Amino acid sequence: MSIKALRGLLLPAVLLLTGCQTVLMSPSGDVALQQRNLIVTSLVLMLLIIVPVIALTLFFAWRYRASNKKAAYDPEWNHSTMLELLIWSAPLLIIIALGAITWVSTHKLDPFRPLDRVSEGRATQADVKPLTVEVVALDWKWLFIYPEQGIATVNELAAPVDRPIQFKITASTVMNSFFVPALAGQIYAMPGMETKLHAVINKPGVFEGFSANYSGAGFSGMHFKFLGMSDGEFAQWVDRAKEGDALTRESYQQLEKPSQNDAVRRYASVAPGLYEAIVNLCVEPGRECMNETMAKDARGHGAHGSKSDDSKPDDGRGDMPMSHSP
Amino acid sequence: MSAVAHESLQFHLETEHHPQNGTLLGFWLYLMSDCLIFACMFAVYGVLGRSYAGGPTGAELFELPLVALNTSLLLLSSITYGFAMLEMHRNRQRATLIWLAMTGLLGAGFIGIELYEFTHLIADGAGPQRSAFLSSFFTLVGTHGLHVSCGIIWLITLMVQVSKKGLIAENKRRLWCLSMFWHFLDVVWIGVFSFVYLMGVLP
Amino acid sequence: MLRATSTAPVTKMSDHPDLAKLIFGRLTWDAIPFHEPILLYTFIAVALGGIVTLGAITYFRLWGYLWREWFTSIDHKKIGIMYMVLGLVMLLRGFADAIMMRLQQAVAFGDATGYLPPHHYDQIFTAHGVIMIFFVAMPIVTGLMNYIVPLQIGARDVAFPFLNNFSFWMTTSGAVLVMMSLFVGEFARTGWLAYPPLSGIAASPDVGVDYYIWALQIAGVGTLLSGINLLVTIIKMRAPGMKLMQMPVFTWTALCTNVLIVAAFPVLTAVLALLSLDRYVGTHMFTNELGGNAMMYVNLIWIWGHPEVYILILPMFGVFSEVVSTFSRKRLFGYTSMVYASIVITVLAYLVWLHHFFTMGSGASVNSFFGITTMIISIPTGAKIFNWLFTMYRGRITFELPMMWTVAFMVTFAIGGMTGVLLAVPPADFSLHNSLFLIAHFHNVIIGGVLFGAFAAINFWFPKAFGFKLDPFWGKCSFWLWVVGFYFAFMPLYVLGLMGVTRRLSHFEDPSLQIWFQIAAFGAVLIALGIACMLIQFVVSFRRRESLRDHSGDPWNGRTLEWSTSSPPPDYNFAFTPRVHDADAWWQMKQHDYRRPTNGFLAIHMPKNTGAGIILAGISTVLGFTLIWQMWLLAGLSFAALLAVAIGHTFNYKRDYYIPAEEVARVEAARTELLASHV
Repeated sequence: MSIKALRGLLLPAVLLLTGCQTVLMSPSGDVALQQRNLIVTSLVLMLLIIVPVIALTLFFAWRYRASNKKAAYDPEWNHSTMLELLIWSAPLLIIIALGAITWVSTHKLDPFRPLDRVSEGRATQADVKPLTVEVVALDWKWLFIYPEQGIATVNELAAPVDRPIQFKITASTVMNSFFVPALAGQIYAMPGMETKLHAVINKPGVFEGFSANYSGAGFSGMHFKFLGMSDGEFAQWVDRAKEGDALTRESYQQLEKPSQNDAVRRYASVAPGLYEAIVNLCVEPGRECMNETMAKDARGHGAHGSKSDDSKPDDGRGDMPMSHSP
Repeated sequence: MSAVAHESLQFHLETEHHPQNGTLLGFWLYLMSDCLIFACMFAVYGVLGRSYAGGPTGAELFELPLVALNTSLLLLSSITYGFAMLEMHRNRQRATLIWLAMTGLLGAGFIGIELYEFTHLIADGAGPQRSAFLSSFFTLVGTHGLHVSCGIIWLITLMVQVSKKGLIAENKRRLWCLSMFWHFLDVVWIGVFSFVYLMGVLP
Repeated sequence: MLRATSTAPVTKMSDHPDLAKLIFGRLTWDAIPFHEPILLYTFIAVALGGIVTLGAITYFRLWGYLWREWFTSIDHKKIGIMYMVLGLVMLLRGFADAIMMRLQQAVAFGDATGYLPPHHYDQIFTAHGVIMIFFVAMPIVTGLMNYIVPLQIGARDVAFPFLNNFSFWMTTSGAVLVMMSLFVGEFARTGWLAYPPLSGIAASPDVGVDYYIWALQIAGVGTLLSGINLLVTIIKMRAPGMKLMQMPVFTWTALCTNVLIVAAFPVLTAVLALLSLDRYVGTHMFTNELGGNAMMYVNLIWIWGHPEVYILILPMFGVFSEVVSTFSRKRLFGYTSMVYASIVITVLAYLVWLHHFFTMGSGASVNSFFGITTMIISIPTGAKIFNWLFTMYRGRITFELPMMWTVAFMVTFAIGGMTGVLLAVPPADFSLHNSLFLIAHFHNVIIGGVLFGAFAAINFWFPKAFGFKLDPFWGKCSFWLWVVGFYFAFMPLYVLGLMGVTRRLSHFEDPSLQIWFQIAAFGAVLIALGIACMLIQFVVSFRRRESLRDHSGDPWNGRTLEWSTSSPPPDYNFAFTPRVHDADAWWQMKQHDYRRPTNGFLAIHMPKNTGAGIILAGISTVLGFTLIWQMWLLAGLSFAALLAVAIGHTFNYKRDYYIPAEEVARVEAARTELLASHV
């Protein structure tokens, strides 16, 4: 593919231009890597038209300067069907190519879609279950719940190398965006809703993660470390968390209160159903969960009339406005 | 270009030039922009209209007979406004004013019933703060009601102006604008009636 | 951050029915920022400056002149100039915000927290965005259209001259409210689009968001009315013979822009009204609880917001078209495709809004749809760039200031357009969204497109408006400082974006980023110097006005009708209404050796000045302020006053007068003499 060849040529140039190995141009996770490749490919495609335009602009400006009497002057020339066709069709062709790439890559890299490969040439194995992490953007810190391990952490996230991760993401009060540039693109974290992100980290290391959507006073301090680890290290990391306190509903309500620049915290256990309660805005005792309310609403009656029939068990997902089934 | 061919082109008018009056077009454009505000309110109602938050639903709240009465008052007021315009064309000031007054009274009746409906809903605990459905309901219907109220104030102003200055060209143009406004609100109400009330009482 | 309870704070008012609360609402002495030294000094400086200015006006007895000739004027030319002045004054405020941010970001690393706490910094970036879009770019665009369009179509004024004056003062009223928030209370800390739930009453209980809402609502009324006004002007008031496809390209782009204004601003009005209901009444449109849906706000505000960027850029495309053909001494290449490109952009502007939030989690098909429609916009835009290129081809280009800005635009905008298309690829956007790459992109198109266009336009039409050219030396200083400063200020942000740095941060940990922020701050300093040179350019040009004087009315050998009249044009613009046969009407007239008539003048029908606009807008400012501070009594009174004045104004039937034929003859004779003495 000529695009691939061009990309090969251009990548070092882009890296050189940016002066250093920027995280987006040299990511450590497969999803981010594919996004990087897409950025470079699109850039190359567009440079095909942008470079000539800029060059021609400067050239024409110089060539047809008034003092250059040698240049042709044709004051009434204002139309050429040939040229008009060219100037509409050249960008059109580029956009057709780019549009096709967009359609395919958007579907392939949809954050809601489970991964089908852990890196180039390595498909995900059917027997490897993705690591699930439930992410809650609080004011102004991140809570990560690991249902499989039964632990939770604040402002520190870890995952074993080459194991697919499924993030389920929500927020407590205002909108944030969950973003680890080295790992994968971002997705909004919104209260009362759940978004998802599938990603995998391919290299061990310590990476930056943060909120990429302004959320108020403590926003600048709302960052965390993302640790890519070997399986053994990850097990140790989980064990370390097991030494911490329990995350009960009460301690969650304490944690939820606004605070800034929080240190890392570890919780040995997590109250059952806490994440679902957070998504449904019903951690506080006595509050009805949103999914229950919405299920009632969907049956078309409220508190007044109560024709309680066909009470279909709610899976807590279909009613969440943003929940996609992959 | 071909222009060079003609040598005797006229490049200015030697008489006074009267551009077309743009008031009606301008007012029509304003109505379209207002229509977009209503479109937003309808869209919001479309999104939130079934989010009862465990509270009362449209089927439980809406009293169709009352709304039907309301609707007929507003539709009638459009007809009376139409008669006012017919009389205006015949340059009959007194008759125009009478029909306008009737239109205003019908409009006031509409607003009165709407306020009655609102106070009842609020008293029953179904105020705009109860649920997203009620928020969007009060917003949409209230926006329409606000428009009708403005229309009534405008109508009264125009009646005073007509009785002071007569059916002069300016006043006729203003009556035209108000007539478009009034009929526009009628059309919007038909949307509200069908989309909010009729569909609201459906299961 | 408290959870919203279902009762809004407003309803608590009734519990304390004491008089002070009724009159002053939430306003107390605490609202005045005595404790913030930066604000206090700014306030003292502004107050002193204000006293000096007002004193000078009083001393030189200018109040009467300003009131009669400017504030109450319904002349589209004067209103256009007032819009431009408003835009340039607000540019200074918006830029002050910008350089404060650049400075903060250049120093706030590691243990150093910088000089701006988040509470203040967050207001600054919000105000910067709001001011630059609503009170700099919009007034400049509206001002240009106001000044140029009637002249280009051979009209004597706009369709609704009083409304024009009213629109201007409503825009100013919004600007005044934003400026007041600096010294009384605070501005929003939400980002320029005030997404809920952050902008809801639970997360932002202060007056900041209310200032935001009312400033934009009041200014929005002005914008919408001026949009309707200009649309009707273009449709109904073109000179006889001017078919749609013979309108100058600037008028065409103005037409498209005003279509966008009329079709987009109501959405902003609606969505802000809904937000204020949530805040004031306690409804649940966008709250987390009881069924509210904040995503709806994001969608609605961008349905306005995306057309808004085309509202800003389209007229500038028109400016560049006029400038390129004038200074290339050549007919514009591809007039027809230029027009269709503008129309296509206008339509597509409504089909791309979702690209501002691919990351909100719509499905892949929805995201790709909006990504691809966004890319399609680059086709007509690309066609336009090529058309300008081929206009230059085989031209005789003189590099006066407007042309220099145009060339700088073509290069800069191409880069900005490219990064824009890149951001339209959803998976790429997942990495670049909200990053400094995005910030670099839209400054790249807004500065490189809208501001460069505005500067081209100012240098191009200034002699028309004031009768003398702008000084080229200081103009060139300003040009180079702006252009070089722009690249220094924003290219580092592209790099920082690729380094994964997000926007709106007031503090950083990673020291390796600092150098890039320092380069950007250096660029901002260059831009500051560029602005200073521009101000000097105005002063120097005014002092040297006799040597820069344009006697001909046509200093650039122009092509469209505005150059056929004198500089500055008389109140009535044209003694005789022009008759048009060609898109380059004035060029054609010159080719036919057109001689202006020197006799046979008729009385000219003109609209009369009125103070109603400024009074209504003044009351609106008071109304906005009282609503912000919940001073219900005064709010009620000012609303009643607003209604009374508005109704009172409609009882004024004598809104026009005739300029007598002798007066027209006298003005035209003076011009004949002037032209004869400067052959």
